[in-house]
Amino acid sequence: MSEDTTREAEFQALIDGDERIEPRDWMPEGYRKSLVRQIAQHAHSEIIGMQPEGNWITRAPSLRRKAILMAKVQDEAGHGLYLYSAAETLGVDRADLLDLLHAGKQKYSSIFNYPTLTWADMGAIGWLVDGAAIVNQVPICRCSYGPYARAMVRICKEESFHQRQGFEILYTLSHGTPEQKAMAQDAVDRWWWPSLMMFGPPDDQSPNSAQSMAWKIKRFSNDELRQKFVDMTVPQSEVLGLTLPDPDLRWNDETGHYDFGAIDWSEFFEVLKGNGPCNRARMEHRVRAHEDGAWVREAASAYAEKQRARATAGAA
Amino acid sequence: MSDERLTGVEAREWPLWEVFIRSRRGLSHQHVGSLHAPDAAMALRNARDIYTRRSEGVSIWVVPAAAIVASSPDEKDSFFDPAADKAYRHPTFYDIPAEVKHL
Repeated sequence: MSEDTTREAEFQALIDGDERIEPRDWMPEGYRKSLVRQIAQHAHSEIIGMQPEGNWITRAPSLRRKAILMAKVQDEAGHGLYLYSAAETLGVDRADLLDLLHAGKQKYSSIFNYPTLTWADMGAIGWLVDGAAIVNQVPICRCSYGPYARAMVRICKEESFHQRQGFEILYTLSHGTPEQKAMAQDAVDRWWWPSLMMFGPPDDQSPNSAQSMAWKIKRFSNDELRQKFVDMTVPQSEVLGLTLPDPDLRWNDETGHYDFGAIDWSEFFEVLKGNGPCNRARMEHRVRAHEDGAWVREAASAYAEKQRARATAGAA
Repeated sequence: MSDERLTGVEAREWPLWEVFIRSRRGLSHQHVGSLHAPDAAMALRNARDIYTRRSEGVSIWVVPAAAIVASSPDEKDSFFDPAADKAYRHPTFYDIPAEVKHL
């Protein structure tokens, strides 16, 4: 056997034995590329995801809600950093990943291209968007690549607070005045379908899925995860006293799952192509924030350099 | 971890630091991840903000990633070989009569 075939066999044996691949192990180039693409996209989603909620920090209805929302947005920044750090173990630089994001060559989750029109959107994002993210992310805690799996364990622990605070916002609104309840319902109506699209295209149209499952980067198919999310979420909507905007949504005794209506995938692909309501605003804001922050990075570097020079001079 | 990174103001990215956290007294520090920072003081502050937002630690170490020397996964078999054939280092290697207690 050639050296590469031996390495490939050893790699596959680790995957088949449900062991983890660690940074300095040999890995097929396709495995590495696939992970870089997925982890970078995930990291970008975390930091772009700060924008729709950052939009409401100054207008949170109470100090309690404001402190919670700031902590949540700070968590998103932290999640982005855990993930960039995991991506860097694969031999890429964070600065290069950010360049690719800013040049539109790497993607982030389409869900963040929708606007946050009212305070109730903070509730709907926490409950539905973070709820869908949790269903997506929990299986990644067992992903075959060690650093990604470990980052995901930390993230999942923290996401749970995000989802619960969102549910609490909606519960409070739906038990408030009729206007507040209507605001909550409107937010759920707007976020429900985009949340279902977060799981990605149906299994028969998902180009990377089969290989990712074989490498145990992905553990469940898009459709399986989507169904799981629907099954979890419908009973919660009943507790909220809010409806979900799908006339075909009903319990199916035979399958033991909820049936739901057809998803408008043309909308998903339009948003993916850059034609969602906020694609341009998100990217412009991201690039501006990065450029406006350049002087802070330069000042920190200059200060560190000065301290080093002083320490050297003092030692001499 | 063997990558050569520029330091100083001209670097495109700050140096990489590996972060280790003691979650409570009585436990050793454990590796939790990495971060970029221009110097050790900033690395410590950033580590606090990134890795201990929920009181996960009572002590933090940051180590320049470039300072870590690691064994190579390529020679894992030969490197760890010396331990493989020394089963007598384990207590289960020894035959002791069943009636002997507390041994």
